[in-house]
Amino acid sequence: MQLKLNIPLIFTVFILIITQKSFSQVEETPAKDFGSINGNFQVDAANYAIDTIIGADPGSEKFRYNAFGNINYTRGGFSAGARFESYNPPLLGYLVGNKGSGVPYRFARYKHKDIDVTIGNFYEQFGSGLTLRSYENRGLLYDNALDGIRAIFTPKNGITIKGLVARQRLFFGYSQGIVRGIDAEVNLMDLFDSTLGKYKTKIIIGGSFVSKYQTDQDPNLVLPENVGNSAARLTVIRGGFNFNAEYATKINDPSYQNQYSYRAGQALIASTSYATKGFSMMFSGKMLDNMSFRSDRDQTVTNCLINYIPDFSKFHTYSLMAYYPYATQANGEVGGSTEIQYKVKKGSVLGGKYGMDIVLNGSVFYALDTTGIASKTDSIQHAKYITNYSKVGNEFYHDANIEITKKFSKKLKATIMYAYQFLNQSIVQFGTRDKAVHPDVTSHIGVVDITYKYKSNSAIRFETQGYFGKYDYKNAKYETNGDLNITNNTGSWISELIEWTPTSHWSITIADQYNYNNPLVEKRVHYYYGMIGYTNGPTRISLSYGRQRQGIFCAGGVCRFVPSSSGLTVSISTSF
Amino acid sequence: MKSAFILSSAIILLFSAFTKFDGGKLPSATIKKLDGSSINSNTISNNGKPMIISFWATWCKPCKKELDAINEEYAELVKETGVKLIAISIDDARSSGKVVTDVKSKGWEYEVYIDENQDFKRAMNVNNVPHTFLIDGNGQIVWSHNSYAEGDEDKLFENVRKLAKGEKLIH
Repeated sequence: MQLKLNIPLIFTVFILIITQKSFSQVEETPAKDFGSINGNFQVDAANYAIDTIIGADPGSEKFRYNAFGNINYTRGGFSAGARFESYNPPLLGYLVGNKGSGVPYRFARYKHKDIDVTIGNFYEQFGSGLTLRSYENRGLLYDNALDGIRAIFTPKNGITIKGLVARQRLFFGYSQGIVRGIDAEVNLMDLFDSTLGKYKTKIIIGGSFVSKYQTDQDPNLVLPENVGNSAARLTVIRGGFNFNAEYATKINDPSYQNQYSYRAGQALIASTSYATKGFSMMFSGKMLDNMSFRSDRDQTVTNCLINYIPDFSKFHTYSLMAYYPYATQANGEVGGSTEIQYKVKKGSVLGGKYGMDIVLNGSVFYALDTTGIASKTDSIQHAKYITNYSKVGNEFYHDANIEITKKFSKKLKATIMYAYQFLNQSIVQFGTRDKAVHPDVTSHIGVVDITYKYKSNSAIRFETQGYFGKYDYKNAKYETNGDLNITNNTGSWISELIEWTPTSHWSITIADQYNYNNPLVEKRVHYYYGMIGYTNGPTRISLSYGRQRQGIFCAGGVCRFVPSSSGLTVSISTSF
Repeated sequence: MKSAFILSSAIILLFSAFTKFDGGKLPSATIKKLDGSSINSNTISNNGKPMIISFWATWCKPCKKELDAINEEYAELVKETGVKLIAISIDDARSSGKVVTDVKSKGWEYEVYIDENQDFKRAMNVNNVPHTFLIDGNGQIVWSHNSYAEGDEDKLFENVRKLAKGEKLIH
């Protein structure tokens, strides 16, 4: 609270100092330089309809929108800005907590030589994010911006030290806790440029420590009010070879998500890659145990997350490929992924005139092998379980993907893709062991995407996707009447899309997703969808109408459930 | 509520439609080179020749299509106009390791940076990727374009040629 009250004061003092500084510089700077003002704006608004066949029901609030606008001022090393946001109410599929309007983001920043200070809101990441990442993804309404003070100090080329104290954003308010963090990074090559400059190996080392504070008001448990999370990281680069690793360890942090276990947490992520012109390969692996870290121990979903644990499974852009996506299991998981990319040379038999790109990708993730401790025999710390690191537990997910892209002529190019996926959806997506309602799913998914550019600036694109899912009921319990509960079994899908770009300004899309073998015959329906888009420079406007199937949409490492909807949507995005 | 909302959207739209695009100079933000060292975005330059700055991500299909399409004629365009393409990846820790493998295996000859904290993206007011900017020889941002449709690269090439000759750009 104290921190929040002080900010307007600091803000004013800061601006006074800056303006004074700029007045004193008037003689040196050209008279015309009053700095620049720029910004952006985006709105997505929908008027929903009730569509009982697909189960789309917007309730009594049929008109919904997500909107924001940024305005920034920059002059030399000084910048300041604010963002207005409005969701009254937010579009379907977003957390209702977002409802409201306001200016939850405003900042002033001054950067001069070796010092960079921000007051107000900021986004920051330490290493790969195992200890701290404040991040925004406006499309997902994910925003855990910090609000406080941050200083970045670069005493010498190659050394960066960051420090911050802040509260975290939660919708239009603040999270309960306070976040304090420090990070240091040393780039050995930059630091010893004169002596090591001639060496080809680049080494970067870093370390961070983040502590959160939240009062203990629990009547039964004695909760730790300060919880520390520290990490060390290493990057080694030599020629086409690249190695990255980070290890983090967190002290006892009982929370709603880990069922108030007092066990310490740890995480190790590592990736290594080799890349040369036309060929690359990469391996990524991770192990994490009890690493959820929030500024409010009682929060769930994506609220108040301080850290970020990257998911290494393939990021899909075709909708049916991402029908059952995987997501990081912060309570515990072990697994990894690999990817090989190869460009078949131009002029070869397979490559033809333009070459051909092949991408092979696969991943597998398991639960940790844990054994529960009965509360009677558990230590007073209530660790709740022990982990056997020499084994893995149940499988969460695996997949294998192949993607081939080939340009046949100046006019014609095509991508074909195939994926095989297995998902233990009861645990991964719903956090339950009830396989009767959420059975394991195995699926084969195929995509053919053909683009024909019939003249300069004009093209037509055809996309066909097929999703063939198999639901495993062998562990399922039957309902009392002897039937299976198949509410979450949607069977297989086929999807067709035609996108026509007559000029570079306009695009017209029509699409249909057909749930052709849903086990419930009345749900074997078409999801028609049409869109007209207009783009001019930085401005894009689109108008769409149709049905949207329910599903889980993930981007930037964050997933959200989007219910079925039907209606008219307008989107406008511009920057100035 | 609804009418106020539509009205304000219309005003902003009109405002943006009639504003001459003049983005000023490149703002200051810390971005990373593929070798892990950091630079300030306002130091990016091309010795008085034009530059293309393209915001992309390894998971963004249209972005990669655009960069592939530009790559087909990039060598020729560089020879003709002296242009340089700066590709700014906005990938986060999930996929930033894939930036180097994508760039190398695709055979792109661009200058690539990673904007992992997305400070440069915010400073440039980029809402969605791909978003492409043109910078003239004096370091002024003179043109920008959001999204990619097949054939958009032709207009970009035309504008780069106009910029190299000091002519007026088209939208």
